[in-house]
This record gives sequence, structure tokens and C-alpha cells, in this order.
Amino acid sequence: MSSIAQHIPILKPSRKEVEQLYKDKLSRRWLIIILLAVACIFSFCLDISTGPSLLKLSDVLKGLFAPEMVAKGTDIIIWKVRMPYAIMAVLVGMALSLAGAEMQTILNNPLASPFTLGVSAAASLGAGLAIILGIGIPFLTDNWVVSANAFIFAFGSVLLLQALAKWRGAGVDVLVLFGIALVFTFNALVALLHFVATPEALQQMVFWNMGSLSRSTWDKIQVLAIVVACIIPFSMLASWKMTALRLGEDKAHSFGINVKRLRFFSMLRISLLSATAVAFVGTIGFIGLVGPHIAKMLIGEDHRYWFPASLLTGALVMSLASVASKIIVPGALVPVGVVTALVGVPVFLYLIIRKGKNS
Amino acid sequence: MSDILNIRNLSAGYPRKKIFEHFNVADIETGNIVALVGPNAAGKSTLLKSIASLIHADGEINLAGRNLVHISQEERSKIVGYMPQHQKTDVELTVLEALITALKVSPLDHNGNSAQIRAKAFDVLEQMDLIDSALDPLSSLSGGQRQMAGLAQAIVRNPKVLLLDEPTSALDLNHQITVMNMIKFYAGKGNIVIMVLHDLNLASRWADILVVLNNAKIYSSGKASEVVTPKMIRDVYQVKARVEKCSRGFLQVMVDA
Repeated sequence: MSSIAQHIPILKPSRKEVEQLYKDKLSRRWLIIILLAVACIFSFCLDISTGPSLLKLSDVLKGLFAPEMVAKGTDIIIWKVRMPYAIMAVLVGMALSLAGAEMQTILNNPLASPFTLGVSAAASLGAGLAIILGIGIPFLTDNWVVSANAFIFAFGSVLLLQALAKWRGAGVDVLVLFGIALVFTFNALVALLHFVATPEALQQMVFWNMGSLSRSTWDKIQVLAIVVACIIPFSMLASWKMTALRLGEDKAHSFGINVKRLRFFSMLRISLLSATAVAFVGTIGFIGLVGPHIAKMLIGEDHRYWFPASLLTGALVMSLASVASKIIVPGALVPVGVVTALVGVPVFLYLIIRKGKNS
Repeated sequence: MSDILNIRNLSAGYPRKKIFEHFNVADIETGNIVALVGPNAAGKSTLLKSIASLIHADGEINLAGRNLVHISQEERSKIVGYMPQHQKTDVELTVLEALITALKVSPLDHNGNSAQIRAKAFDVLEQMDLIDSALDPLSSLSGGQRQMAGLAQAIVRNPKVLLLDEPTSALDLNHQITVMNMIKFYAGKGNIVIMVLHDLNLASRWADILVVLNNAKIYSSGKASEVVTPKMIRDVYQVKARVEKCSRGFLQVMVDA
């Protein structure tokens, strides 16, 4: 006797239907990227409107596009006080999130971020040397000496890691272990600096470590904007190769990719992005982890779309964190690094739980 | 004229451990399927990796008179395709995206524009009966489906020499036959397929040439009827077995142990 199941036709999609579905999917991805960009612009305006004196969004738009139509005071608040913070938030979000996305691919680890390999710990050490011991590059103004030190140490730490990995012919796992060893080493040295610091220097150091947009200046914004703008095209050029690397190192190699070279240049991009961002605003945790993850959930892992989406999610989360940092405690500016960590930890836990459920 | 692949005086291995020295493989003509068989750690996967330039090798791997050892990795990737033993499980790319990536990532001759690349990817998906999972992420596939998708990624680049490391290890009986038919079809188009297999019956049934490796040396090579013998199984695997022909004339290994 034939079963009922035998009479139920199995509906398989035709090639044409799947081709159409794929085209729809690509269109949907563009739509998501556009929506993310719109959300970023909205959040940017919201960031400018938020503060001790709350501005209407309409005043913000007028102030941005027709400054002569707003009062002098409003114009100053928008352009002199809040604009540098808001732009810095967007740029730092972009830099750390793109660096995180690249890091997750080259380390083959979804929990990697620019700080996994000790970039922020090295930056803290550099900043600490300048703040506590006054060691830094001569002839720089006070405004720049801490940032320059932090950058040199952060960038140098990644180069050191590369050298260690090359020396030992190490793979990805060993690279991560080297990175963790560096984190502990730098943290120990920072603790040593704390130990010898004066109370004033120690307080300054603690604030530096919290990560804050209040150190934003137009000069620093220009530097970070140039770094981000210069690196994005190189990341995009590498997007096919990075996508192929997700299929596995052996496969990528068999497709003709020089994996070592790809990884080296990616590390260079990561170190430039994260070192510059951290040098100017201090330690901002979790953006490099959460930004790429949100982008991946929305858009998938095709790096042609994932990289731009990560840039935008990073900018959006950071911009929203900047808004939150101004309204959590009325009248006070909570360091944005504290906010990103507070928002980041639940998102991070959610991602781990979701991953656990899926597997 | 058919192209010929041979290996002469090959030395290959890992930085601190040389596996092959002065290793030779006789001429393999296009259209042939070669099965590398032998016990674990005999050097089968290492041999595939050295042909694919995944590990350092010295000596000669000649294809149509051209020594592959001396050409660039990018150039070699146009000629040699490789499917590793293990497919990554945490990849969110879809089956189709992985195929398009395999085509887009490095220049192939006659690759064509985006629409042609997409069409090429769909052709392979259709041949392998993977159309209905084309838009599924690789992470959501079963082990067998993932292996089929891995094979598709290697085949889509249309390499002259296709290297497969245990292509059927995660497949059920039906899919083993689908994959073997696909491999037969692919070799029939004027290509060479070299694959590592553990199943001697499958190797005997589908391969034109069997190469038995033991301790990184060739124990014997040739047609299944010449190579798959109780003596070989005893010497190489230390297992007592009989080799008989079934009613349809295919060799069957029956283990007595």
C-alpha cells in the first residue's frame, strides 16, 4: 500500500526562482545599507541636539544648512561645542567597527575585536608614560603628546605581534595567544605606572582609560577622517579575498590568495584604524565587537556588503552611545567608553547565547 | 592530444618534518580518476597538499610538460583545484555566495562578467542538485550537504587537475553515487581527478588508477584488479580480508577480522 507521503510532491524551487531570490537579496542588502546610513544621519543630528540645553531637531538642521537662520548662541553650541563630539563619535565608531570586522575575519574568531591583541592596552601604556612620567615625543604640544604616545604604542604593538608571529612561523591561534600575552604585559606595566603616579596624574590616567569624546578637536577629527577615508578603499579592494578566507585558509590558498600577505596588510589596516581612534578618545570597548556582529546579522558575511554595513553600524552605535552618555545622568557627561561597555556587554551576552542556541 | 601529469623526485613536507623524499608518480592521462588509498598517516593528504602548493615542495610536478612547482601560486590556482578534508562549519555565506566568491577571488581565464559568473555558479549548482539549498548559509547545512558545497566550490573554477581529500566521508550511499558520477563526468571532460579515499570498494568501483601509499611510499599502483589484493590489505592495513568479484564484476573487499 502506498503511503500518503509518496503522493505529496516535493516542491523544489526552479533555477529561475532562486536567481530572482538572489537578486532580491542583493537589493535588500543595498536597502539595509541605505537605511543604516539614514539612521546614522538621524542619530548624528540627535547627538547634536542633545545636551544641557536641548535643541530642536529643526534648529539643528537649520544650524547645519542655514546657520544665519539660527541665534548666535545656537550656532556656537552646534558648531563649536557639539559638532566635534558628534563627528568624532561617528568616525571612531566607523574605525573601530571596520577594524573589528577585519580582525574577526583574519583571526577566524567571531569574538575578536581590535583590542583582542592588545591595541588598547598598548595605547594605555603609551598614554600613561606621557601623563605620569612625561615621556613623549619632544616639541609636541600637550594636546598631542598623549595621543601621539598612545598611537605609537598601539601601532607598535601590532607590528611587534607581526614580528613575533613571523619569527615563530605562527598560525592564527598562536597569534591570539601572543596577543593575550601582550595584553597582560602592557596591563602590568600600566599598573606599575599607576603605582608610581601622583594622585593628580593617576586621576588623569583613569579618565583617559575610560574613553571620552571630550578630547575631540577639529585637528584630531581631520587626522582620523583622513585615516578612515584612506583605509576604506583598501578594505573594500580586499573584500573578495577576505570573503574567501572565511571559507578556510587552505581553500583561500588554493584559490590563489597569498594568505600571509592578506593577513599582514589587514593587520596594518586594523592597527592604523584602531590605534588612531584609541589615541584620540581613549579606550572605547565593544564597538569593534558589536558593530560587525549587528552588521552580520542584518546583511550576512559577503564582505562587499559586510564592511560598509559594519562601518555604518559602528557609527550608529557609537553615535547613540554619545547621545546616551549625555542623558543617563542629567547635567553630566558620562564617559562614552563606560556607556559602550554597559550597552555592549548585554549585546555581547545575547550574541553568545544566540550562537549557543544555533549550534 | 591529452595532457599528462607526473611527479618526479618530489620532496615535500612540513617545516620541521619532511614527509616525502624522492617521490615519483607515473604518468596520469587526462580523463583519469586516481584514488589515493592507504592507512592513516600514510601521506595521502600531504601529497594532495603538495600538488596544490599548500605546503612547500621541491622537485617536479609536471602537467603537459610544465613544472607546476615553478609557477606562481596564482597561476597554479587556475590549473589545480583543491577540496580539503574538513569544511568549515561556522560560515554564514550561502552556498551560492561561496561559489561566486571562488570565481571572483582570483582571475581565471574566460571568467566573464558578473552575470556570466553567476550563470556559471548556477550551472554547477544545477549539476550537483544543490539549487534548492543555494541560498542557505553553509553553517545551516548538514555535514553531507556542506561536503557537496565544498566540492562545488572546487569544481566551479574548472581546474585541469582536481584534488579531493575524502570527498565522500560525510555522504550517505545515494550522495556518494551522485558525487562519484559528478567526478566521473568531470574527469570525462578532459580533466584529471586525484582523490583520497578510505573505502576500497568505492575506490575499486570508480577509480581508473589506484595508488596505495604506505609510510609515504608507493606500495603499489595500477588498476583495481592489480592493486586490491588480500596481500596488499594484509601488508598495508594489517587486516585479513578476501577480495571477490560480485555478480556485476565489481571488486568487493570482505574483511574477515
